Amino acid sequence: MDYFFTEEQEMIRDLCRQIAEERIKPVRAELDEKEEFPSEIMKALAQADLFQIIIPEEYGGLGGGCLENCIAVEELSRACCGVSTSYAASFLGAYPMLLFGNEAQKEKYLPLIGSGEKLCAFALTESASGSDAASIQTEAKKDGDSYVLNGSKQWITNGGEAGVYTVIAITDRNKGARGATAFIVEADDPGFSIGKKEVKMGIRASATSELIFKDCRIPADRVLGKEGLGFVVAMRTFDKSRPGVGAQAVGVAQGALDEAAAFARVRKQFGKPIITFQAVAHMLADMAVDIEAARALVYAVARYVDSGAKDFSKVSAIAKVFPTDMAMRVTTNAVQVLGGHGYMREYPVEKMMRDAKILQIYEGTNQIQRNVIGQELNKEYGRKK
Amino acid sequence: MKIAVCIKQVPDTANVKLDPETHTLKREGVESIVNPFDLFALEAALRIKEAAGGEIVAITMGPPQAETVIKEAIGYGVDEGLLLSDRAFAGADTWATTAALAKAIEGLGEVDLVICGKQAVDGDTAQVGPGIAQRLGLPHVAFVKGFREIDDKHLVVERQMDDGYDVVDLPLPALMTVVREVGEPRPPSLKGKMRAKKYTVPMQGAVELGLDESQVGLAGSFTQVVKVFAPSHSGDRRMLEGSDEQMGAEVIDALVDTQVIMVGS
Ligand SMILES: Cc1cc2nc3c(=O)[nH]c(=O)nc-3n(C[C@H](O)[C@H](O)[C@H](O)COP(=O)(O)OP(=O)(O)OC[C@H]3O[C@@H](n4cnc5c(N)ncnc54)[C@H](O)[C@@H]3O)c2cc1C
Ligand SMILES: Cc1cc2nc3c(=O)[nH]c(=O)nc-3n(C[C@H](O)[C@H](O)[C@H](O)COP(=O)(O)OP(=O)(O)OC[C@H]3O[C@@H](n4cnc5c(N)ncnc54)[C@H](O)[C@@H]3O)c2cc1C
Repeated sequence: MDYFFTEEQEMIRDLCRQIAEERIKPVRAELDEKEEFPSEIMKALAQADLFQIIIPEEYGGLGGGCLENCIAVEELSRACCGVSTSYAASFLGAYPMLLFGNEAQKEKYLPLIGSGEKLCAFALTESASGSDAASIQTEAKKDGDSYVLNGSKQWITNGGEAGVYTVIAITDRNKGARGATAFIVEADDPGFSIGKKEVKMGIRASATSELIFKDCRIPADRVLGKEGLGFVVAMRTFDKSRPGVGAQAVGVAQGALDEAAAFARVRKQFGKPIITFQAVAHMLADMAVDIEAARALVYAVARYVDSGAKDFSKVSAIAKVFPTDMAMRVTTNAVQVLGGHGYMREYPVEKMMRDAKILQIYEGTNQIQRNVIGQELNKEYGRKK
Repeated sequence: MKIAVCIKQVPDTANVKLDPETHTLKREGVESIVNPFDLFALEAALRIKEAAGGEIVAITMGPPQAETVIKEAIGYGVDEGLLLSDRAFAGADTWATTAALAKAIEGLGEVDLVICGKQAVDGDTAQVGPGIAQRLGLPHVAFVKGFREIDDKHLVVERQMDDGYDVVDLPLPALMTVVREVGEPRPPSLKGKMRAKKYTVPMQGAVELGLDESQVGLAGSFTQVVKVFAPSHSGDRRMLEGSDEQMGAEVIDALVDTQVIMVGS
């Protein structure tokens, strides 16, 4: 299917596909097995300018948008979601700077992130606040020209690997949702350290760690936007990034279909390739239908976001929910098509099934996405009387 | 530091077919690629530039369509390219090839380092690198597999040998040829590829290089390929039996009889 990409977008796709084939596929099983961060691959992605794609040209980037991000992430996910999560999380951390950073902050951080010299991360979740983000406890107190952070963040992708972190902390407990603020924290800021690295079911090549702030003192000019905008920063960031999670889903599902279809053509039972059994062929057909529908949705929403639209929370949530539920179905069925082989670690589909699960959870669970969609519907139909 | 990298366009041997009649390569429809060893030369140049700064120029001699290998090199991040192309260059042997490449390198001004691949996968002689060094009066180290020190005055390199490696201190300017172990070629970069699309590859012929037609191409070559063929292995076969000594003696007799070797004076 031709989605009428520009030459530049095709270049991104082809280059990511090349890196996925040459650098990621050969090592993905080992990275998964050893739960090892893909430093070498991150370096190759940096050398290929892939961290530049959403960085504006003024800061040395390529000035791409949501669609360019989705194209890259889809191709990388087709080979390994652990790698694509590490890659995409850097943009998740960078979006707040792109959207709310002042000139000095952009000049200082965007070139570092774009060149891949520093990975970035986004830290909102805490042990007692997941979906209920407004209940976070980490606090930042103003003290002269600095802020002092105390508390901890849980399950932060790229924690310990990133050089720069966007951290949401409470600056005024009495103001509720308007009492949080987004800060830039650097890895070597005093009082900042990395706690436990998690052991996970899937995306095991990615690092998920605890961040600890113990009287962590940072200069006051590290505030993104202004005090009180913390949750606005977080929500705007997720609105931009969610189609990217949808693209991960399309990629991993495509990877699973690639494996399942190829296997079904060569695996013989009852004297025939199993693809000739209608039950198997229909499973593959449903996968293809699912994937193409999700892909078209993700690209369409990404293009809408890039068009400068303002009201895209609902469609952005839709572009996460449908593809990620789809990817869970498709990867599970891919294991089914491979039968016992699919259950073995020697074949890549069981990893894809484990990897796909996270996509329904992070960056807002699919239940929370449905809440967002439901609230928007309520508003829309309230207006339409 | 100014670095010149010589890259050759070769047929993609992974997909090449031999004409069963003539035993020559079927070049029609075969894709051309950068000589795989020259990708290592490019990677070495990029690493040295990262360490010491400077500029990289990629040079190729070949037909006009060899411009694609220069564009590919731009995609990997080299700064400039140069295509040497001229009808008069056709049929060049390694001697005539080095004549053109050496002149082109001279024309670049002060070049600190010339890097070539170990060998070309089609010609396979491994003569071009050392030949260029000879013509330019540069010291050279062949089969470099790694670097220990890099600055703008000298390099300390590891030269691959059959039984290990040598460590060589190489004062600049110099030439080296590199082997695979020098480092896995990085992927091309997006910015490089975008630049390559727009890049106009400068071209020079014999006249621009200041070479006489008698010095280049077939006219400037000492060797000529008269015929390419697969050596035939047919012929008489005789199986020997007996003790090792007996069979050895019989082999020597047979070789002397057929005048493959001569014994005595
Ligand atoms: C591998 C991994 C990487 C992560 N990376 C990051 C990161 O980089 N940065 C970061 O800040 N966070 C990160 N997270 C955290 C992630 O965003 C949260 O896990 C997610 O938002 C859900 O929060 P929770 O796990 O606490 O689940 P909970 O909020 O405890 O939810 C548990 C269940 O209840 C449901 N639920 C909760 N509230 C409602 C409701 N109101 N209506 C309906 N259902 C509800 C949920 O959908 C879920 O099924 C990561 C998590 C994982 C596992
Ligand atoms: C169809 C055909 C006909 C030929 N006819 C003749 C002939 O008549 N007489 C004869 O002697 N030889 C002939 N050759 C061989 C040809 O001359 C050599 O291919 C050429 O001189 C380079 O030598 P090589 O391939 O052995 O390179 P090598 O010496 O093995 O290459 C080493 C390195 O030198 C550099 N290099 C080599 N060639 C070039 C180039 N063109 N541009 C830039 N860098 C380069 C690269 O860095 C390469 O890695 C022919 C080859 C072919 C394919």
